[in-house]
Amino acid sequence: MASTARRDVPEPPDFGILKRLARDQLIYLLEQLPGRKDLFIEADLMSPLDRIANVSILKHEVDKLYKVESRPALSTSDQLCFLVRPRVKTMKYIADIVNADKMSGRSRKYKIIFSPQKFYACEMVLEEEGVFGDVTCDEWSFYLLPLDEDIISMELPEFFRDYFLEGDHRWINSVARALQLLNSLYGPFSRAYGIGRCAKMCYELWRELEEESEGDSQGRKPEIGNIFLMDRDTDYVTALCSQMVYEGLVDDTFRIKCGSVDFGPEVTSSDKSIKVLLNAQDKVFSQIRNEHFSSVFGFLSQKSRNLQAQYDRRRGMDIKQMKNFVSQELKGLKQEHRLLSLHIGACESIMKKKTKQDFQEMIKAEHSLLEGFDIRESTSFIEEHIDRQVSPIESLRLMCLLSITENGLNPKDYRSLKTQYLQSYGPEHLLTFHNLKRIGLLTEQAAGETLTAVESRVSKLVTDRAAGKITDAFNSLARKSNFRAISKKLGLIPRLDGEYDLKMPRDMAYVFSGAYTPLSCKIIEQVLERRGWQGLEEVLRLLNGTEFSEAGAAEASPGRDSQRTVLAVFLGGCTCSEMAALRFLGRERGCRFIFLTTAVTSSGRLMEAMAETRA
Amino acid sequence: MEWGLREELRDCLVAAAPYGGPIALLRNCARREKSPGARPLLDTFSASGLLLASIPWKSGQVVQLGWTASEDLLCIQEDGTVLIYNLFCEFKRHFSMGNEVLQNHVLEAKVFHTEYGTGVAILTGAHRFSLATNIDDLKLRRMPEVPGLQKPPSCWAVLSQDRVTIVLLAVGQDLYLLDNTSCSVVTPPGMSPSAGAYLQMAVSFNYRCLALFTDTGYIWMGLATLKEKLCEFNSSIRSPPKQMVWCMRPRSRQRAVVMAWDRQLMVVGNSTECIQFVLDEDSYLVPELDGVRILSRTSHEFLHEIPEASQEIFKIASMAPGALLLEAQKEYEKESQKADEYLREIKDQKLLPEAVSQCIEAAGYEHEPETQKSLLRAASFGKCFIDKFPPESFVRMCQDLRVLNAIRDYQIGIPLTFTQYKRLTIEVLLDRLVLRRLYPLAIRICEYLRLSEIQGVSRILAHWACYKVQQKDKSDEEVAYAINQKLGDTPGISYSEIAARAYDCGRPELAIKLLEYEPRSGEQVPLLLKMKRSKLALSKAIESGDTDLVYTVVLHLKNELNRGTFFMTLQNQPVALSLYRQFCKHQERETLKDLYNQDDNHQELGNFHVHSSYSEKRIEGRVGALQNAVDEYYKAKNEFAAKATEDQIKLLRLQRHLQEDFDKPYLDLSLHDTVSTLILDGHHKKAEQLYRDFKIPDKRYWWLKINALATRGDWEEMEKFSKSKKSPIGYLPFVEIAVKHHNRYEAKKYAPRVMPEQRVKAFILVGCV
Repeated sequence: MASTARRDVPEPPDFGILKRLARDQLIYLLEQLPGRKDLFIEADLMSPLDRIANVSILKHEVDKLYKVESRPALSTSDQLCFLVRPRVKTMKYIADIVNADKMSGRSRKYKIIFSPQKFYACEMVLEEEGVFGDVTCDEWSFYLLPLDEDIISMELPEFFRDYFLEGDHRWINSVARALQLLNSLYGPFSRAYGIGRCAKMCYELWRELEEESEGDSQGRKPEIGNIFLMDRDTDYVTALCSQMVYEGLVDDTFRIKCGSVDFGPEVTSSDKSIKVLLNAQDKVFSQIRNEHFSSVFGFLSQKSRNLQAQYDRRRGMDIKQMKNFVSQELKGLKQEHRLLSLHIGACESIMKKKTKQDFQEMIKAEHSLLEGFDIRESTSFIEEHIDRQVSPIESLRLMCLLSITENGLNPKDYRSLKTQYLQSYGPEHLLTFHNLKRIGLLTEQAAGETLTAVESRVSKLVTDRAAGKITDAFNSLARKSNFRAISKKLGLIPRLDGEYDLKMPRDMAYVFSGAYTPLSCKIIEQVLERRGWQGLEEVLRLLNGTEFSEAGAAEASPGRDSQRTVLAVFLGGCTCSEMAALRFLGRERGCRFIFLTTAVTSSGRLMEAMAETRA
Repeated sequence: MEWGLREELRDCLVAAAPYGGPIALLRNCARREKSPGARPLLDTFSASGLLLASIPWKSGQVVQLGWTASEDLLCIQEDGTVLIYNLFCEFKRHFSMGNEVLQNHVLEAKVFHTEYGTGVAILTGAHRFSLATNIDDLKLRRMPEVPGLQKPPSCWAVLSQDRVTIVLLAVGQDLYLLDNTSCSVVTPPGMSPSAGAYLQMAVSFNYRCLALFTDTGYIWMGLATLKEKLCEFNSSIRSPPKQMVWCMRPRSRQRAVVMAWDRQLMVVGNSTECIQFVLDEDSYLVPELDGVRILSRTSHEFLHEIPEASQEIFKIASMAPGALLLEAQKEYEKESQKADEYLREIKDQKLLPEAVSQCIEAAGYEHEPETQKSLLRAASFGKCFIDKFPPESFVRMCQDLRVLNAIRDYQIGIPLTFTQYKRLTIEVLLDRLVLRRLYPLAIRICEYLRLSEIQGVSRILAHWACYKVQQKDKSDEEVAYAINQKLGDTPGISYSEIAARAYDCGRPELAIKLLEYEPRSGEQVPLLLKMKRSKLALSKAIESGDTDLVYTVVLHLKNELNRGTFFMTLQNQPVALSLYRQFCKHQERETLKDLYNQDDNHQELGNFHVHSSYSEKRIEGRVGALQNAVDEYYKAKNEFAAKATEDQIKLLRLQRHLQEDFDKPYLDLSLHDTVSTLILDGHHKKAEQLYRDFKIPDKRYWWLKINALATRGDWEEMEKFSKSKKSPIGYLPFVEIAVKHHNRYEAKKYAPRVMPEQRVKAFILVGCV
């Protein structure tokens, strides 16, 4: 794959400072509560915390660590410190502890550290529960977690549901602050592009923050020159497709959590699980993460042969050479060997799972959905999928993919698929369907309503902004995806002349076996190429998005490294496939993409975010 | 003095604020009895006698006037009410000294300043004392009774010792000390036994010293702690002085007391001699930090101890280095060689640095610019002969004198001495200029001293703007325009604060206009809320993108409006509505229902009921909630959801029966799983019934049934089933399922029945190729 790559791709900036900043602030905050204390940590802050600080730092005058969970805590310390996300549920948990102590006449000190910021609603709950005066609050501005040399995650998976489904804008402020931080460390960003309402709001709020603070960004050498913000709802299709690159498959199969994965016994071929950090430091992984799965095995076997050859060099070495070998190379080889066997194990495991579920058939169905033929056949495939209770999340994903590529299901299918689904997976999913309809992932084609009629209604609403009904209108009417028209306009389905060589990809479509170029990535490519939205008016009309493109005052010469470094911001999550595609694009065009996402996502996570459970 | 008074000072109530502060006069008050129709006049003047404001006094009988530390005028009335006016006689507020004072009336009152602020002490008609140590944080203290006190004390004073305020009073020959809880008799040490009864007492500016005057003309001077006598003096004047005040300079050992009788002023100190002045007119003494101001109808003088530096330089035939330096400089200007001689004399003693410092210091004490200049010139001249003399003190003094001369101008009328100015600090001085509405001068001073914008110019501009909005003769547009013109985008200016002031003055329209200049929409919100422009506040909060702010407004609205209007307001603001919904979802689920009800959102109501059905423990409760949901779904014309929910109710009821019949948990299984479980347990008839009742599609039923049968290992039943009718899913699944369960024998049975195009696959599966 390296053959077409350009050699002048800029190196990514060093994001280590983000970790140090967060760590130092946390230590400072913990010191604000002097003396011995017990620390309660929100479950989903555990992994991010693990990535920036080791336990010895957390043990800073901390006696015991607890997880915030539904069970009441049995702590004996006189000082309790809570490190939490700003959620109402957690506030109640804390309030219960405080109130229980009050009942039993026990007095302790309580401190709540909110990450990344405090919300007024939380204080309100504390007040309503009558404990506001008993606790002190602080903010740990841990907005950004660098997961890899080019991935920064905000670790806010709830962003997707909160914003796109519930219309809750509270995280926008956090995104703006994150941008401010990045801009102050690696900017100033001289060019900004974006699409989507959320992107626009974040961008504007960030600009306001910049104006208020008036930091002296002058004179610093920028490391990141461009920024592209995109709402997840601009492109659901890409996020819903089965991932085919290695990293994506690992994520879909084993769930990568905070940049690391737990390989179970079936992978490690021993009786215990191994936690593996997946990033650019992993020499094996960094070479295969972006590869199409079909070429991974070949690569791995080649690699193992090379490794063997290196081991074999031992033979015929004299003592001195041997000494050198052992002291310098052996450790690296052993390490590589271990990783290699793990990844081979993972591959086997993925293969096994995929073949069991008629993976080929499913991919075929997906591809026909994307290309828009044999819709009937795909629909029956989905029906069978549901009837056989293969997997509730997968079934849901296929239904959504069908709906969004077809601009909604026809009324008959809409009803029957939903009925089937309810019968298979339980009636509570009635609410799930309602959510999906609101967000526009699973809709019904309005009878007799042609595409243009919908558009005129939408555009009327867009101009009718003052009415303020816009969000609701968008939620129900949602985005008619217009996928087919967009796909044609942008040429997302590559014309096949002969076999697509997945080992030597020609374009970004390789991430989906050459069947589909990810829409999100295509938009980014087009806009960067045109340095704006000129010529994309028709696509924009179909996308129905709020786009913007702004050039800062200080525009440096395009040859500079910073001008070839692009911060791609995905609001609502970004998939591994998209990252692979953009990395490919970067190598082709000689530019570097840095990914800032509210969370690394996947079709499974999106569907789960929409699902209503009985809890 | 500019004031051109016609009355004698003794006919007026007088109060002059320290630190060169303003003077208040209440005229005609003494004549009130004679002509009750004539109202007294309350005037305020600058220290130079320029009239600041004048109002007819309309309230009750005033006993005492006084100034607070922030230059507000206190008028203490007979009934114990204290009215507060600003410099310009504009009423600010009032407070009362309590019921006891109201009943017994005020006999005498004193205003005093301590580290806690400005206080008021009152002697009531019942000979009791009431105190408030800080009028801004009013806490009334009633002092204990003095035993056997039948008539008012001859004199009394408020002392402040170790942060406690106490009262010292004299009755005849006895001195009493009143603190919070007790009353004790005290005797000053070294008091002459034949001194006689006390007539007058004086406490120094810093509360350290006390002077007592007795009816034999004897004066005792000592520490206010009454632990040490400093000196005594016999004046041989038996009538009590009209006023007695201390005159001393901080850190000076020379302490003196100044006493004023009608036509005589006497200064006594630690000496057998005293200094006497003749007073041509009625005069009034104002104690200051470093001296005494003497006011009369025509003049305003300052009496103080000459500071050491000035003495050294200006003493006749002084040979102090400063004096020599001044002389040297004068000779130098005359181009005389004597300059060199003088200079040498200083240099020989190596005292040149002292000489320069002395000249600089002395310049500070001078009030005449000419003398200041000559001293500074001398200092500058001397500096030339010293290597590396640090210039700061010289520069600083030049700046300070420039400022002091500017404010001492009679038009401004703040006669501060250098010592007072340093104690007061430039910030407070600026505040006082702002209080006097001398904005241009204040801004000039800021610019001259290069104070930071936020501390200096912007702050003053903001004050100016706050004053500007009170000018009622100009239209809202004019005022808003003028303010924006002058302020522009000066950093540190908060338009919302100015707008708040405009609102307080009853100009809401102007306030809104001013708010529009506020660049941060978040800042606009609190005031808009206060102005009850809640809807505007809501849109501004949303505009700011700060969800916390939106929450603030939403909760404010919730308390302010009735529920219906509140919901209506939210309906028009989707961002706020979603936020509130999110909050309700976690915290107040019932409100959520009301919210949907208001909006006739039957779909969401249905969802709401479905949600709540999950939390119902009993099946009846759950069915009830679901039934509600069905009704709402029908209202929402969502037939599908209604139907699905009805099916769910049906299923629930059925599952309960099954649970009872077979004693196995069936509840909460999906329909598919229910049927599947039935088959697994061999209840084929029941399964068949459900299949028909719920119209399960054939395909599903076949998939489900062969799966369950295979799991159960019931191959016989499977074969029977396969022959019951033509399979809607073909026969490949039969093969696959049998293979999956490792039953190749059974699989083989079905392979031939597979459709021709899939038959190859089937045979591969069973391994017969």
